[in-house]
Amino acid sequence: MTTRQFGAPVQRKEDPRLVTGNGRYLDDLGHTAYEVAFVRSPHAHARITDIDVDGALEVDGVIAVYTHEDLDGPVGDRLPLLIPHPSIVAGRTGHALAKDDVNHVGEAIVMVVARDRYLAEDAAQRIVVSYDFLPPIVGLEKSRDGEGLVHDDAPGNVAAHLLQEVGNVEAAMAKAPRTLTLDLEIERSACMPMEGKGVLAHWDADEQRMRIHSSTQTTTGVRAAVASKLQLPLAQVECIAPDVGGGFGVKIMHPWPEEVLIPWAARRLDHDVKWTEDRREHFTSSAHERGQLQQVTVGFDDDGRLLALDVKFWHDNGAYLPYGVIVPIITATQLLGPYKPQNYRVEFWSMYTNTVLVTPYRGAGRPQGCFAMERTMDAIAAELGIDRTEVRSRNFIQPEEMPYDQGLLFQDGRPLKYDSGDFPASLAKLKALVGWDDFTAYREQAEAEGRKVGLGIGCYVEGTGVGPYEGGHVHVETSGRVNVATGLTTQGQGHQTILAQIVADELGVSIDDVHVTTGDTRRMPYAVGTFASRGAVMSGNAVALAARAVRAKALRIAADALEVSEADLQIEDGTISVKGAPHASIALSTVAVMSNPLRYAFDESAKAATQFAGAFDPDKPPVADDDEPGLEGKDYYSPTQATFANGMHAAIVETDPVTAEITILRYCVIHDCGTVVNPMIVEGQVHGGVAQGVGGALYERMAYDETGQLLNASFMDFLIPYASEVPHIETDHLETPSPLNPLGIKGAGEAGTIPVTAVIASAIEDAEGFPIRSMPISPTELWDLRREHAAAAQSTSASTPTTTTTPTQESA
Amino acid sequence: MTDTDQTAPALVDVTLRVNGVEHTRTVEPRRLLSDFLRHDLRLTGTHVGCEHGVCGACTVLVDGDPMRSCLMFAVSAQEHELTTVEGLGTQEAMGPVQQAFVECHGLQCGFCTPGFVTTISAFIEENPDPTLEEAREAISGNLCRCTGYQNICKAVVRAAEIRRERSTSSTEAGERA
Repeated sequence: MTTRQFGAPVQRKEDPRLVTGNGRYLDDLGHTAYEVAFVRSPHAHARITDIDVDGALEVDGVIAVYTHEDLDGPVGDRLPLLIPHPSIVAGRTGHALAKDDVNHVGEAIVMVVARDRYLAEDAAQRIVVSYDFLPPIVGLEKSRDGEGLVHDDAPGNVAAHLLQEVGNVEAAMAKAPRTLTLDLEIERSACMPMEGKGVLAHWDADEQRMRIHSSTQTTTGVRAAVASKLQLPLAQVECIAPDVGGGFGVKIMHPWPEEVLIPWAARRLDHDVKWTEDRREHFTSSAHERGQLQQVTVGFDDDGRLLALDVKFWHDNGAYLPYGVIVPIITATQLLGPYKPQNYRVEFWSMYTNTVLVTPYRGAGRPQGCFAMERTMDAIAAELGIDRTEVRSRNFIQPEEMPYDQGLLFQDGRPLKYDSGDFPASLAKLKALVGWDDFTAYREQAEAEGRKVGLGIGCYVEGTGVGPYEGGHVHVETSGRVNVATGLTTQGQGHQTILAQIVADELGVSIDDVHVTTGDTRRMPYAVGTFASRGAVMSGNAVALAARAVRAKALRIAADALEVSEADLQIEDGTISVKGAPHASIALSTVAVMSNPLRYAFDESAKAATQFAGAFDPDKPPVADDDEPGLEGKDYYSPTQATFANGMHAAIVETDPVTAEITILRYCVIHDCGTVVNPMIVEGQVHGGVAQGVGGALYERMAYDETGQLLNASFMDFLIPYASEVPHIETDHLETPSPLNPLGIKGAGEAGTIPVTAVIASAIEDAEGFPIRSMPISPTELWDLRREHAAAAQSTSASTPTTTTTPTQESA
Repeated sequence: MTDTDQTAPALVDVTLRVNGVEHTRTVEPRRLLSDFLRHDLRLTGTHVGCEHGVCGACTVLVDGDPMRSCLMFAVSAQEHELTTVEGLGTQEAMGPVQQAFVECHGLQCGFCTPGFVTTISAFIEENPDPTLEEAREAISGNLCRCTGYQNICKAVVRAAEIRRERSTSSTEAGERA
């Protein structure tokens, strides 16, 4: 009897390799490759007047030095705007090496190829670039005033502008008994995977083939981009993602300049070339996210029910827009969370600044949307004096209203239609887990001890598993080994394990016999990539469908051999047997032999198959017209729309009355991602997501000065949480299966991150008694806020002379 | 031109004892220990995450003490006994910390893991039975961007347990023999 793998906390197949130092990440490959260092702009906004590379050429070990002038053909053109959208009014992208001007600190200008990285950096230091300075546009406020321009041909610094409206906001707002307006701000952070980006290119001049290894979240995308830029036939280019040391979004952007330049140089030099990003490069030449200014006006009734929601926000997209407007579109749509706003209008402006460009980071615009909506919910509760969970409950979409169409277009251009979810049940679980109703007593006890504590909450809905498709290929070898391939890539999500679990169950084989390959275009040339919490939904269903095809073929062959009906057969532990008559059986490996009429007796399986070699019909071909040789199957999963996961978090924080230090005492998570393939892995995804959320709420920010210098571009100064900053995370789960896919799965990758900033703001506000409108928040900022509010309270009481009661301390 | 010394750096022979095996390579004196291990000895289990000593991914054991190999020159590691993640177990016979990481789902992308494995291996030598709080403190000098640390804390405690179990069973085996 095969143990069911789906739903079990199966230990990861990839781990023994990774814990013993046998992983192979990008920089572990290509030991004999030439290595690359870049001269990058130290200025945020300037025209390049001269580049003097002579000094570099004198360095022993330098192979080549390239500037934009050297880039022949499409490699010298602007990089593509990957995802066009009608809202984009001025879509600007950079060059692989800067041409004429630079628009952010870190933009690549000169590429140095040398025998090793040390020498490449020596040479890069000797290159002199001369500039004419232009006024840097840093920060959304400066960008918005439009006095100076990042790009001369992008008036007002506006890259994109989009307005979506459902219902009639103006009329509903005018009639609303109550209205509130909130001005909100959220700062930049970044993915910061422990492994930066990296590219290794191997050009085979004899076969005219290019093989690229890239630390990417999409090998099919990189492959197609390189083929296009280098004008090579797609068939002559292959791309492989080796082990990838984290992505979190930054590696879905493509092609990065280096992904084009390294293969270009490898072909030109006819030698392997490698570039490994260092940490400072990652800070100043990859991507950031999150930065937005928001204005929310909400109309509601005396019970706290939403009547109209009017949102405007300004999104800082940095110097260029290669990834389009995915992030602000997600903010605009996912802001609504589990609520029914009745009438909703959202308008955004995506703005250029002379800073590193902005592409999705785990959550991808959702944390900002959740922050706006949840701050609004808390503001309504405060205004009405109603419990914060009660206000939320009154605005929830109810389970019986599913599927629920919010009337907007989502990031994939398809309707924002929630497929399932039970928000009241989630809230009840969260309240029980954190002890919501007991908190008043806890607070009183803490106050008696001279401590300040606060309780915060945040709810979100997350569109996951966006299309258009992923594919699965399943192949049973004559040894019984099952090879599974899917094209999307892996950065730590455990795909080798969860996809093996799914195939093991579908096929009836041991998980030990299943071997999964991801992100290798040689094995699966059609794929999209790993982002938007889509790995398990898309590839999970794709490999399940492919495995079902293989199972059907195996049963057909076995039924013929055993002379029984297919319906009477079962597959367990890799053996096909007749139900109720286990002795009438045939191994799946034997069926694999039988599936191929070319049967050299290489191995035991082939010999075993000979007993089933019955009489053949000389009038029919060995492979029937509607059949193929081999026991393998391929299928694609392509959904009509995203599937919507959801969750609710609560936290208890303590703020030091003197130092304003903020400590998270408890962090509770209720999470519903549909049917769970591996609860251990889902739990791990939630933990990691929350940790990144905590970083974004309390520690991480990109400290740009007014000239566009990133002042904290190192791990010394950009504060990623250590274990000492991340709380113990308590979790509970709901499983509301998605009706949209065969396995009922919803995505889980980004969930943990989405509401954390909103939750921590809510808890600090609860502890302090004044609104928190800007995140992240440091102890210094909280201390300043305390002084501001104390001063405001003092001046109010001074200007309106009323009797004030001074709290008296009574001795007990 | 008098700057030939700049264009042709002097080379030195460096001999290191790593995981019990002696290796000699001729390198520039500025060669970092992390690069020497990774690219000269091809022991690529030691990873480099920041190159400025903050993230801890490159942590190796120098005479049993965790140290950042990105902050050391290979030349200065001579005369010391070095242990990398490769020296702490194999896929077939994992060390206690490696085994515990697998059992507790203490890793996701695995890039920071070798630095944690070396750090924790040294820690449980000194603290054979740590509490969860002590475990958290012990790993608070290494960055992980994937796991949120919770399962790594669990893995520290479990690793200590496995280490104790193995030393008991080996003692028992010794007594029987």
